[in-house]
Amino acid sequence: MGDGKQVIVKVKRQAGPKQPARWEEFSLKWRPSMNVIICLRDIAESPVTRDGKKTTPITYDSNCLEEICGSCAMLINGKARMACSALVDQLDQPIRIEPMSKFPLVRDLAVDRQFMFESLKRVKAWIPIDGTYDLGEGPRVSPEIQEQGYPLSNCISCGNCLEVCPQVNEHSQFVGAAIISQVRLFNMHPTGAMNKSERLAAIMGPGGIQDCANAQNCVHACPKNIPLTESIAAVNRDAWKQALLGWLG
Amino acid sequence: MRQPKIIVVGGGLAGLMATIRVAESGVPVDLFSIVPVKRSHSVCAQGGINAAKNQKGEGDTTAKHFDDTIYGGDFLANQPLVKRMCEAAPGIIDLLDRMGVMFNRTPEGLLDYRRFGGTLYHRTAFAGATTGQQLLYALDEQVRRHEAEGKVHKFESSMFLSAVIDDCGVCRGICAMDLRTMEVKTYAADAVIFATGGIGAIFGRSTNSVVCTGSAQSALLQQGVDYANGEFIQVHPTAIPGEDKLRLMSESARGEGGRVWVPRNPAEKRAPRSIPEGERFYFLEEWYPKYGNLVPRDIATRAIHRIVYQEKLGIDGQAAVYLDVTHIPRETLDRKLEGILEIYEKFLGVDPREEPMKVFPAMHYTMGGVWVNGEDQATNVPGIYAAGECEYQYHGANRLGANSLVSCIFGGGLAGPAAVKYAKSLEKGAEAAASTVFDREKKRQEEKNQALLSQDGTENPMTIWRELGDIMTEHVTVTRINKNLEKADAQIRVLQERAKKMNLSDRTRWSNQTLNFARELENMIILARVVTLGALARNESRGAHYKPDFPERDDANWLKTTRAKWVNSEIRLSYEPVDISQITPRPRRYDAAK
Repeated sequence: MGDGKQVIVKVKRQAGPKQPARWEEFSLKWRPSMNVIICLRDIAESPVTRDGKKTTPITYDSNCLEEICGSCAMLINGKARMACSALVDQLDQPIRIEPMSKFPLVRDLAVDRQFMFESLKRVKAWIPIDGTYDLGEGPRVSPEIQEQGYPLSNCISCGNCLEVCPQVNEHSQFVGAAIISQVRLFNMHPTGAMNKSERLAAIMGPGGIQDCANAQNCVHACPKNIPLTESIAAVNRDAWKQALLGWLG
Repeated sequence: MRQPKIIVVGGGLAGLMATIRVAESGVPVDLFSIVPVKRSHSVCAQGGINAAKNQKGEGDTTAKHFDDTIYGGDFLANQPLVKRMCEAAPGIIDLLDRMGVMFNRTPEGLLDYRRFGGTLYHRTAFAGATTGQQLLYALDEQVRRHEAEGKVHKFESSMFLSAVIDDCGVCRGICAMDLRTMEVKTYAADAVIFATGGIGAIFGRSTNSVVCTGSAQSALLQQGVDYANGEFIQVHPTAIPGEDKLRLMSESARGEGGRVWVPRNPAEKRAPRSIPEGERFYFLEEWYPKYGNLVPRDIATRAIHRIVYQEKLGIDGQAAVYLDVTHIPRETLDRKLEGILEIYEKFLGVDPREEPMKVFPAMHYTMGGVWVNGEDQATNVPGIYAAGECEYQYHGANRLGANSLVSCIFGGGLAGPAAVKYAKSLEKGAEAAASTVFDREKKRQEEKNQALLSQDGTENPMTIWRELGDIMTEHVTVTRINKNLEKADAQIRVLQERAKKMNLSDRTRWSNQTLNFARELENMIILARVVTLGALARNESRGAHYKPDFPERDDANWLKTTRAKWVNSEIRLSYEPVDISQITPRPRRYDAAK
């Protein structure tokens, strides 16, 4: 191992949801522009720990490797982030890599984030079009609305905002900031606004927006810089308005 | 009446569009995908989607879009469906607009359009520089809505292994592996639509996502589904080199005014922005004054290769040229290109608004693919359909920028109803197929897994994959020379033998990614040979296929579609004529108006 710079990586391993967790340490050959994905691939090609023990390749989710598919979220040196954009040269060593803790573990670094997709169903995060047949153009949208909506629609469902949220824990079903922000997005669209009250009702039930305790960790953890706290504030306002009207009505 | 059942394999744009169309017709759909469909590779498409809406008063028409597409594809595409696609494109934009895609807007609230390669018109609608992501999400949302209504059932951690084909040669469903339990199961369906994307991974590093291995297409080929124009792959001129991935730098950077250049002096040491204008070589603008930086991708890629390898003018002697947007106002860059500029900044730590980007060509798109008929996306095996990048129909010898998204949605939109119509026409559906047909396919696949898990070899799948990528990238991308192609094929066959001695360092049966990768790798090797052999045979230069020993397009001998078949466990190439009923082939040149 004497020749050339090494990268020391510690990975939390767990063979399955009910298996015990353990740490393994690897020593890898440093190359320029190395990221955490390259580290995991190096281990797959030579699955031997730093102390020379044979092991198995590490199971992890990845796909686009350019931070737009949302697959490779994990904890790197304790921080929830995407592995593909985690550059080795910007990380303290040994680099500690763990699975996200707020989602059911599958194996090693892979977790099951189905909860997020189910939540999108719950809040009806879509425009209910009549059909795909030709019905002409959509509504006009001002550049101002587009400039507000586009950043929200960049959400990659990585789950980092849930991972860092103190309100997401085993005692709660809090849907998290990403989902609330999607409610804002669809309620902002001229056609989507027609079902605004339905989405607001859905986001007010158990695990809904009232579970937010304003820790504001989400907005700092978002790899797409989505203004999540603004979204929460906006949806909160609308939800209260709707609730009030309900009581008055 | 019997209720038919459709399976869609692949959840990118084409697969989702097919799913929506089938669900909309009231027929249940099972949707299979390796990754949650929202994470499909379509999210990587950046620049936009073409449709001749003529919203800039330039006199653009669908006929011009059609002509640009055929001409850009060097006349290899069958023309009638391409024509239909170009005619359908404005309606597709309307549909996406109705689905709520956050397209960029003009001050009047209309969709904005930008210029892209291979055309002189502003024809490309866009949502920042993450258009593919935005379109995929729109379709993903619609599918989720159908899923909530119980019309769609998703299998999102599931890998297609093979089709279930009965003794009459009719497809009756699929065999797939659950990527958590590693369990192999068969699923019955009256028709199956494949939308499994490109094959970038056979080149090792490319702009494609991890799942773009072509494994499904290769498995289908080995079951008798023909594969067409395999030799046609697109190398995108501008990508950021990287060890794990070559990250795309969209054509939209040039569409918004980005310029490609190198210092005229190969020994130049100054920082790029301090090099005076007169000492910069804007080679695309000089060589192609009419289209400039927006020549089609094959042309730009070869020009960059010429600059680097023949003129020896690469930056600092390296394989790189500048892609410069520093002269464009920051506000415009952030409004129209932020997504891609962020990628550069994040992965290289350099702000491209301040410093010209260093880029180099990279394997990007698969023009070839599963053979389909010229009408409704049906393959040569009854019950099997294909749509999107995994089939060969729309782009000929070279795809124009921003035509991929439209072809995925159009093809998926055709395949859905076609599969439903076929399923309804069957006298007896999949439920009537003998259970032995399903059992034997399941057994065959389980045995393959068992063999891989138990064999005691010396070869590592990742190593074989890397070597495959090196061979393909060196010999089968931009410049193709017959003796090198022969060598490449021989080397791939050696890899094929070595793959038989793979040692899976993981033999467990829970979320074992080494096992599914090994399965994919075996299929990738076969598809790599299809690409290589197709390239070897085609002694001409056409679109992205360039042979210096045969520098001209040869319509007399090669205006034909390559069709690879699997005969006695070997690849056999045959050829069929191209439908040129609409536009007569003419020489393709971009140094002057066409």
